[in-house]
Amino acid sequence: MDFNDTKEEAAFRTEVKAWIDANAPTYLAESLVASGFGSTGTGDKDPLAEAKMWQKKKSDAGWACIQWPEEYGGRGATPMESVIWNQEEGFYSKLSGTFIIGQGMCAPTLMAYADEDQKRRYLPKLASGEEVWCQLFSEPQGGSDLAGLRTRAERDGDNWVINGQKIWTSGAQYSDFGILITRTDPEVPKHRGLTMFFLDMKSPGIDIRPIKQANGESGFNEVYFDNVIVPDAQRLGEVGGGWQVSLTTLMNERLAIGGGIATGFPEIKALVETLPMGDGFAIDNPAVRSKLADWYAKTAGLRNTAARAMTALSKGEVPGPENSIGKLVAGGMMQDIAKYAIDLQGLKGVIVDPELAVSSARFQAMLLRSPAVRIEGGTDQILRNIIAERVLGLPEDMRADKGIPFSQIPSNTGSTGKTSTSR
Amino acid sequence: MNFDFSNDEKMIRDQVARFLSEQCDSKVVRGILEGDENYSQGVWTGLAEMGVMATAIPEAYGGVGAGYPSLCLVAEQIGAHLAPVPFASSVYLATEALLQFGSDDQKESWVPRLASGELIGTLAADAATSCRVEAGKLSGKKMIVADGGIADFALILAEDEKARIGLYLVELNHNSVKRENLQTIDPSKNSSSLYFDAADAELIGGLDAGIAEIDRIYDRAAVLVAFEQLGGAARALDMAVNYARERFAFGRPIGSFQGLKHMMADMYVALKLAESNCYFAAWALDTQADELPLAAATARVSATQAYQLCTRDNIQVHGGMGFTWEFDCHLYYRRSNYLTLILGGLSEWEDKLVDCLPDERAA
Repeated sequence: MDFNDTKEEAAFRTEVKAWIDANAPTYLAESLVASGFGSTGTGDKDPLAEAKMWQKKKSDAGWACIQWPEEYGGRGATPMESVIWNQEEGFYSKLSGTFIIGQGMCAPTLMAYADEDQKRRYLPKLASGEEVWCQLFSEPQGGSDLAGLRTRAERDGDNWVINGQKIWTSGAQYSDFGILITRTDPEVPKHRGLTMFFLDMKSPGIDIRPIKQANGESGFNEVYFDNVIVPDAQRLGEVGGGWQVSLTTLMNERLAIGGGIATGFPEIKALVETLPMGDGFAIDNPAVRSKLADWYAKTAGLRNTAARAMTALSKGEVPGPENSIGKLVAGGMMQDIAKYAIDLQGLKGVIVDPELAVSSARFQAMLLRSPAVRIEGGTDQILRNIIAERVLGLPEDMRADKGIPFSQIPSNTGSTGKTSTSR
Repeated sequence: MNFDFSNDEKMIRDQVARFLSEQCDSKVVRGILEGDENYSQGVWTGLAEMGVMATAIPEAYGGVGAGYPSLCLVAEQIGAHLAPVPFASSVYLATEALLQFGSDDQKESWVPRLASGELIGTLAADAATSCRVEAGKLSGKKMIVADGGIADFALILAEDEKARIGLYLVELNHNSVKRENLQTIDPSKNSSSLYFDAADAELIGGLDAGIAEIDRIYDRAAVLVAFEQLGGAARALDMAVNYARERFAFGRPIGSFQGLKHMMADMYVALKLAESNCYFAAWALDTQADELPLAAATARVSATQAYQLCTRDNIQVHGGMGFTWEFDCHLYYRRSNYLTLILGGLSEWEDKLVDCLPDERAA
């Protein structure tokens, strides 16, 4: 057991540090550090343009997606080198939020299922941030029950014709490409009738509409497909094999979201250290200390769990479903922290104007955004099911739709109790 | 970075696990819980023959010198099997205190016999003022001493004529000491009151450094006890999962109901967080890292939470059967609550954890 860098790791860290010191956009440092949960502060600069600029700069010098093979835009780095890079990039990595879905989920899916020409065409530009990708999975009738999705793909010669609707698509409005899961056969049980594609988001027939969220912001979109043409060459995996392909994407989603996930702990600690209470500060109060200790123990537990996963990864082991705990713990914790922080602020806690509110209203923003963390990328309940079934080996849920052709599954959308498969 | 135990360390763990599986099943634990013996001499002797008490003791003092990560994994097995032996008192507390603060002579005269399991020690550190030393003789009482009815000697926190606090070694098998066993929430572990009437007392370490010394010992012991808690929590979760797979109700295994599944998923999450924090603390203990006090408090807090949750909800998963004397659920429930309170309860460690956090004000 050793937490210190090996000689090679230390040399790598020095190299990374030197490059970041010489090249990072230091003019953004202050606003990035101060930026609250769920937003990337770039002051008066355009966040997308700044993100693309930093990503391109990294890519030109060989520091983008460093774990990827060189021919796809990476540098073939080890998992441990990747951890070191992330540690040293620090708050500048907030600029990379735009690319997480593409690089963290779409890219592994392409690596596993696209042909060699496609990989060489798309992956390097994904790494460099010149092309942004999104993931078109969730639907109004298929969220937790993803395999209940209804967007149809129908064969037409060498092409497929897509009709239907996706929802909760992050970054669709500025994405160049997306991976899309569709139903190609409604007459077989639901998991067997799915097929995965990737497509150009500028294709005719795509209509992207922002969703106004409960917190007033619009980070997600609805995406409508009206006779959108996708070439069969852009199919990922077999016809009817889309469910298997999606598992690759989702496994990487949990890794992408689970590592280094925000918990709100540094923020609550900074608050209670400076918030006056009684004759001292909130941190001197026993009730506050008890909460703080619990949250620290959880935050440290997540950090140390990630370190163990890295050790396993560097020994060539595959990260398993146990990594589902990251988002499950962090999501609920962030919501608790936001609520508690606001409670400590008293009536002032109601104010959301950053000019007037305590801590520039970061806890109010956290409070209003945090319900989504417990839903996006697998609800708390789905994650608990995964832990129970795939880690602990408990029996599967009894399912009312098991083995039944998709078209026969009861739902709340058809008047006959039967499902309609395209809208 | 390498965040895993070595193969040698795992081998020691596996040997201890095998021995305890064979020689320390729940019948043995129940024998102590229900009987008149204070501990299982069979298990103690077996562990001693394997050299388990000597695991982390340097070779110069009769130890194996296999290091603290090995001892952590041993502790995990002691906890998993609810071993009814004074291992924590003798190994994590008495031996550690002597190694940390004893003179060379004191180490030489006591530690080798602790390493071999021939002697059993304990530590009584609460309420220093309850015992007083005058001219090398200690008088007074310690109301609650873990394994006080078993130990051959105790390290006693006491004050002297000048109100200086120190740690004193007192041999217990002597007329000047009276012991009375206590009834507790976990009768598989011995707890006793000790009464001293001018007992011979030998000072260990310096005077007036007493409290700080105890804190250092407690930090180290907390890591090891956290591993015991971890082992017990994992076993309680296993029991729950196995029962939920086998028990049918409403025509299906109860483990297929989400109400129970989610409960067990939460037990797993608590266990996993605790396990990772314990691993980090094992490293800090081994390397004497500056992070030790914070790492120890963190491991202790999360292991306490995990053990409590897993034993509480293990009973819930078992339903009515979980509340019978016959089922083993209560053995773990009892032990988890006992281990929470030795070395100070959860709220004390939470407080300590926050004390250890770096103050980042105006940094």
